[in-house]
Amino acid sequence: MLQPILFALLLLAAFGLFAWQVRKIRANILVGRDRDMSGHAAERFNKTLLVAFGQQKMFKRLTPALLHLVVYVGFLVINVEVIEIIIDGLFGTHRFLSFLGPVYDALMATNEALAALVIVAVAAFWWRRNHNPPVRRFTGPELRMWPKLDANIILYIEVALMAALFFMNSADIKLHQLEGKDLPGVFPVSHFLANLLPASSVGTLEVLERAGWWIHITGILLFLNYLPSSKHFHIILAFPNVWYSRLVPQGQFSNVESITHEVKAMMDPSYEVPTPPVGPDGSALAPTPFGAKDVEDLPWTALMNAYSCTECGRCTSVCPANLTGKLLSPRKIIMDTRDRVEEKYNSPLIFHPNVYGEEAKHEPITDLANATLLRGKVTPEELWACTTCNACVESCPVNINPLESIIEMRRFLVLEESAAPNSLNVMFSNIENNGAPWAFSPSDRLNWADELYVAEKAAAATV
Amino acid sequence: MTPTSSPTPTAKRQLTVPTVADLAAQGKVPEILFWVGCAGAFDDRYKRVTRAFARILEHVGTDYAVLGLEESCTGDPAKRAGNEFLFQMQAMQNITTMNGYGIKKIVTACPHCFNTIKNEYPALGGEYEVIHHSTYLQQLIDEGKVGMTGGESFKGRRITFHDSCYLGRANNIYEAPRDVLAALDADLVEMKRSRANGLCCGAGGAQMWKEPEPGKKDINIERTEEALATLSGAAAALDNLRGVETERSAPSEHSLQGAIIAVSCPFCMTMMSDGVKNKEQESAVQVFDLAELVASAEGINA
Repeated sequence: MLQPILFALLLLAAFGLFAWQVRKIRANILVGRDRDMSGHAAERFNKTLLVAFGQQKMFKRLTPALLHLVVYVGFLVINVEVIEIIIDGLFGTHRFLSFLGPVYDALMATNEALAALVIVAVAAFWWRRNHNPPVRRFTGPELRMWPKLDANIILYIEVALMAALFFMNSADIKLHQLEGKDLPGVFPVSHFLANLLPASSVGTLEVLERAGWWIHITGILLFLNYLPSSKHFHIILAFPNVWYSRLVPQGQFSNVESITHEVKAMMDPSYEVPTPPVGPDGSALAPTPFGAKDVEDLPWTALMNAYSCTECGRCTSVCPANLTGKLLSPRKIIMDTRDRVEEKYNSPLIFHPNVYGEEAKHEPITDLANATLLRGKVTPEELWACTTCNACVESCPVNINPLESIIEMRRFLVLEESAAPNSLNVMFSNIENNGAPWAFSPSDRLNWADELYVAEKAAAATV
Repeated sequence: MTPTSSPTPTAKRQLTVPTVADLAAQGKVPEILFWVGCAGAFDDRYKRVTRAFARILEHVGTDYAVLGLEESCTGDPAKRAGNEFLFQMQAMQNITTMNGYGIKKIVTACPHCFNTIKNEYPALGGEYEVIHHSTYLQQLIDEGKVGMTGGESFKGRRITFHDSCYLGRANNIYEAPRDVLAALDADLVEMKRSRANGLCCGAGGAQMWKEPEPGKKDINIERTEEALATLSGAAAALDNLRGVETERSAPSEHSLQGAIIAVSCPFCMTMMSDGVKNKEQESAVQVFDLAELVASAEGINA
């Protein structure tokens, strides 16, 4: 009777702690600016099915896609067994789902095969990250210290969880063998491993089996509560993040409504600018700045992006600026956004924000209280290196949009600080004065048509 | 049909490019507005593309006109550089002009103008059917209005197409330019980083008007090296490309002489041409826009 009570308490504590952490993350995401993402349910549903569940964009790179698919499918299927574990744990049953008969056999066999494959895939992941030199996208100033350790911790935990699963099953098999009973289910891997266990007494094996069971479920619940501190949170947020993808063409940048009102009022004095929003007490709210200086100036979707990022670096690996040695790394901007929102608002249990040194051309931050995302973490040099080519957006397997945050911060630099590079200011004034980004006279605009001849020849269709 | 082997000495006709204002004075609205763009109007190299495209429009008898002196920058470089205020000023000015003339359909040879007018003008009151000249040329070829005969033959010449970001990833137009090139009957070769994985030329996002940030290399050099290696079949260079899944390539060696890098964007044109010069290959490799290739193949340059 003791075990179900202990188990119920453990479950309650684990899910309670997880819910508490998720609430903090939710609050962090909602500090972002409002953006209406409602509607288009059918299109969003299809996208979620294809990109999130179907891993469509992962398959641009076959090797990591297959490795990831193993771990992803393993995660989904092995979780069916977690349901059984929870039922067994709460009601003192043993292998509750075994009434399914042949279906249970198939499920257990699949689980074991997947668990073995997961260990192989995780080993490959580890090697890709840690051999010398590692895959290039697992390097970079933003991927040291905690992010590097975090990535490896996830791999170690996954192997440990799979090992616990095998340990639990093989002890159970051995126990049933000694007792001369038949264990429901088919266990291709553990069946073999059971022979390696010392042929000790029924009592010892009972303890081993229990230990395996408790280690497995406790490990899963600990891992659950590790997620909010980790890049591995993507296993949850990838789905809503894809659901709330932008559905407009990637080349379409957001429109700034407040500027539209100003420009319309300038062009037509009779245009009525809508009254600015007022606070609960009726007083005018502080005007929101143009563009983004800090996390709360970004749309909430950009903050959800930051929590969906698993730091895989596909964005950075295809960034033309990054691969020609510029400072810009789209992944760093996304990671900085998460670090900053957690630094300023709710922090997770384990919190080691990236501190950059000389390589990222960061001045040591002396005034932590007044540091912001822009300049505090993301330098203008990074922002001005972007060619807005959308390669990062295209490459992200979970539809994160680093370009939008880059443009929002550029807007702040230009519109609030007038801090554009001088050559761009020249371009701006050319457009203002000549209607072209170069210093040409607008009266020369039709000169290209001078002395223009065409060979007289019947068009193909009329021949 | 005119035999390709003997270019007949055809008569040439001087064009007076119609402006929308001229047509309006006659109470007419052109079926299609040819949006020239700043590069098309002022950049010496891209003016040749504008002229080639105007010849094609005349050749097939399109009911078109240009805004001429009434055209102004779409605001794309301002918007990408973060100057939303200047962008919207430009956009509203252009929208007022075009709506005043009752413009419904626009064709342009600039992917940046195309993207901005098509995607960003509607929110400001400018709703038009906008097509890029690669799509327009493809339609002319499909309809048989352009037969790609009677002019220069591209048969067997090696051509690689460099995707413009604002045509490709920004608007998912990958096939139209390739269909146009396929009609040339040339030897088309794809770069490893092509279509959705295409590498930027380095000019977008207002980079055209500023020096690149400090780095190891200029982006257009990286891209030109890839284009040249693709055209010449240099396996070693292709194996070391970054940003692609590496796979062994065993291309055959080719001479670069007469090879072509095809572009569909004025900024890509500048960047790739500069890259070819930097690699000292300008006597062997030429950079052409789709419209120039079509006009040459059709034999309507005069």
